[in-house]
Amino acid sequence: MEVRPAGRLVACRDCDLLNRLGEVPEGGNARCRRCGGVLRRRPRNGLERTLALALSAAILFAVANTFPFLSFDMRGRVTQTTLLTGVVDLYDQGKAELSALVLLTIVLAPLGQIGLLLYVLLPLRWRRVPWKLPQAFRLLRHAQTWSMIEVFMIGILVAIVKLMDMASIVPGLALWSFVLLMLVLSGAAASFDSEAVWERRAALR
Amino acid sequence: MSVAPGTALAVGCASCHDCGLLARLPGASGGSARCPRCGAELHRRKAHSLQRTWALVIAASLCYLPANVLPVMTVTSLGQRQSDTILSGVVYLLTHGMWPLALIVFTASIVVPLAKLVILVSLLISVQRSSSWRPVDRTRLYRITEGIGRWSMVDIYVVTILVALVRLGNLASIEAEPGAVFFGAVVVITMLAAESFDPRLIWDRSDARKR
Repeated sequence: MEVRPAGRLVACRDCDLLNRLGEVPEGGNARCRRCGGVLRRRPRNGLERTLALALSAAILFAVANTFPFLSFDMRGRVTQTTLLTGVVDLYDQGKAELSALVLLTIVLAPLGQIGLLLYVLLPLRWRRVPWKLPQAFRLLRHAQTWSMIEVFMIGILVAIVKLMDMASIVPGLALWSFVLLMLVLSGAAASFDSEAVWERRAALR
Repeated sequence: MSVAPGTALAVGCASCHDCGLLARLPGASGGSARCPRCGAELHRRKAHSLQRTWALVIAASLCYLPANVLPVMTVTSLGQRQSDTILSGVVYLLTHGMWPLALIVFTASIVVPLAKLVILVSLLISVQRSSSWRPVDRTRLYRITEGIGRWSMVDIYVVTILVALVRLGNLASIEAEPGAVFFGAVVVITMLAAESFDPRLIWDRSDARKR
């Protein structure tokens, strides 16, 4: 049997109720009439804004990973750390699982998130459909789930407080780019309008 | 499976898990169907949702105790060794007057994982007993469970940063301990458990009961 799209009805992801979806205004959203689940969010200038934020995120990500983000000064002996030194040290201490988890959530997933957003949005901007768009989409959803920059920020805060008694902590350049990266990346995730991507692809075909 | 009126399932459709498009499923004969827009495989409901969620919840509960009892890190400073568990880390912040931060860590590391496990177990039981008790609120509980899990990673990151910063040999060094591994396992497994639970089952069963 042939599979056909079923028009403008949408099913709620949380309760499966069919809802008739009218035009959603920019900056608004539509919710399921039974359980209140979000059916469609339509951010203002979703795709353009997300592209701009993803480009800034790419630059901030590069800075955040190259420069040291904290220096630790204890009686004149200074150690510096970048994001990756923590991952390497955990691995050296025989905690490979932890090391992999941190690498995934702080480096690989955010990198994937930024890269895939650019991969999807840059060609669309120049009116081309990216190759293997559906696969890129699926990966992007996973990358978003496991990208935890904002949680890492709280971790940094707690770590600084814990070390205050022991030594002086000097924030590095990467720390500030990290704070910005967190804001920019949450903005990009919030303004990304996946439905608009599918609409634009349909229009380009 | 019982079919509630007004749902996608009742009219032989399902929304694509990847792109959200409502698509018609092939007839009762089964067989796999693919989303006409993005090509993902279509499922009426998440596959083996209850079994999978139970398995993950049980696995996470087994890791929960060692995650909280075993030390997550050991601080060596001038020959003195001191081990910290998740809870003693919170107490440290509290005794240093950092109660807002202590509250955040306590919530993220102790309350959230436990709450997630309790909520998922009660959702599982309520679905299996075909409960029709307040489905809107149960769905809301599920959404919260799905959203807050990531915040439990805070303590893992604290350990990572401390390990990376304090490397001065005998003068001061910090080492990650097995508790952190169990704790990371709890966070990851409960996230997977929340993802494998299908909230639509709450509605399927409660609709079936009503009629």
